[in-house]
Amino acid sequence: MAKRIDVKDLNIFYGKFHAVDRVTLAVPPRSVTAFIGPSGCGKSTVLRSLNRMHEVTPGARVEGKVLLDGEDIYATTVDPVEVRRTIGMVFQRPNPFPTMSIRDNVVAGLRLGGMRNRKQLDEVAERSLRGANLWAEVSDRLDKPGGSLSGGQQQRLCIARAIAVQPDVLLMDEPCSALDPISTLAIEDLIGELKKDFTIVIVTHNMQQAARVSDQTAFFNLAGVGQPGRLVEIDDTEKIFSNPGQQATEDYISGRFG
Amino acid sequence: MTTTASTLDRPATPPAFQAVGGARKFKNILATVLVTLAFLIALVPLVWLLVTVIARGFEAVITADWWTHSLKGVLPKEFAGGAYHAIIGTLLQTVVCAVIAVPVGILAAIYLVEYGRGRLARTTTFMVDILSGVPSIVAALFIYALLLSTFQMGQSAFAVSMALVLLMLPVVVRSTEEMLRLVPQELREASYALGVPKWKTIVRIVLPTALSGVVTGVMLAMARVMGETAPVLVLVGYSKSINFNIFDGNMTSLPLLIYSELNNPNPAGQLRVWGAALTLIILIMLFNLVAALVSRFSAIKTK
Repeated sequence: MAKRIDVKDLNIFYGKFHAVDRVTLAVPPRSVTAFIGPSGCGKSTVLRSLNRMHEVTPGARVEGKVLLDGEDIYATTVDPVEVRRTIGMVFQRPNPFPTMSIRDNVVAGLRLGGMRNRKQLDEVAERSLRGANLWAEVSDRLDKPGGSLSGGQQQRLCIARAIAVQPDVLLMDEPCSALDPISTLAIEDLIGELKKDFTIVIVTHNMQQAARVSDQTAFFNLAGVGQPGRLVEIDDTEKIFSNPGQQATEDYISGRFG
Repeated sequence: MTTTASTLDRPATPPAFQAVGGARKFKNILATVLVTLAFLIALVPLVWLLVTVIARGFEAVITADWWTHSLKGVLPKEFAGGAYHAIIGTLLQTVVCAVIAVPVGILAAIYLVEYGRGRLARTTTFMVDILSGVPSIVAALFIYALLLSTFQMGQSAFAVSMALVLLMLPVVVRSTEEMLRLVPQELREASYALGVPKWKTIVRIVLPTALSGVVTGVMLAMARVMGETAPVLVLVGYSKSINFNIFDGNMTSLPLLIYSELNNPNPAGQLRVWGAALTLIILIMLFNLVAALVSRFSAIKTK
């Protein structure tokens, strides 16, 4: 379970555009790391490169290393499908599979991976839904379509779906930005619990959220339009929000820009 | 300075919201009249056609013989026999065509949407565009040159089906392509993020999500090629009797029956022409109905 991530000199390109410049950071296991920074600074791009999801975009490529417990996920011998099975992801907008029921959504990763045993799948579905704090709300309508849930419930369904395949790391790309405050609170509480089992990296625009849920915070920024984004600093969340090492970080978190 | 009550009552600035002006009202009425008129004009030929075909063909299709008997041994002036042989012919030719065109068309669309990049994809799209503009007589002549002249095959229903494939393929590719493009990229990413390989994502996530639209497109494409006349005139001979063999012998389809009975000056011939026309419309309507039902059945449920 929960593994550590080490990013070393990571450069990310979209075609000729240099999107992210030389990022180096470390994410310890069983912790929450928050990525903050203004729009377009590359924090989502860095997140998506942690499970090789960014290469789904045509023309995207990386240079540098991403190590999962010391193993380079960009080594030529590594299958990106295996990487994504180990490093799960939750997206900005809830995206349950519209053709599937709630239960089938949760176990989609296992079913498509070849697991057939109905009893086992039902167990995983219940465990994952309990893990995502959704079981109580949906246990009586598991056969209803996933699209019938509210936005907040859908997002927790997506989290249940992501943890059902038992990844080592969970990446979250602004998981609460489409949700109301109550659903946001539910997800934040959930992140606190998931931290016991998973390594979590979360991108957020909400600095209070970063301060509430994360153990360490990374601040990304970009020098100007068309310039690559870069990591300004990464440190304990408490230190970033009380006594940041860089002026730019302080300006950003105190609302002087961005 | 004195102020009277009337100046006080008057607002200092004109109200922000005023009644709709006369010019705008007029333009609105004019546009409404124009679009309604255009709709009615477009409706006239459609209703007229339907009424004529139903009125003249009704008598033929209400007999049981029409749906169960061929014209074998029936004299041109006899009010007897039916269109069973032509219905079988139309269905056989269409189904054989669909069996070839639908898988190829859907797979080509998947290539274009999910894999196609660069020159090969552009060329494919270009070719599909060209193919969709090919007149049916040209498709028929091409198959004639290929199968009948070059490969020395005889006239057959199979040759007709091959010509229909050329006409159906671009329609299936286009409609499937559009449906696949409607599937949000987020769903594919959600699937990738679970460690599902790309091919499985396409088969288990993308296709089921687009299924209802794909099926509708296929059904409409089939309805469209059913009435094609040029291929049956060029590639197969007329027969008064039933033939289930698509590779050998003459096989009548509904358009071919209409064409051949047009040369029959007797009232019985006229009745067969309109009866076959009405039958064709009924068949196509049934296909559309099935398409609607399948689409509703496979549509994504949110309740």
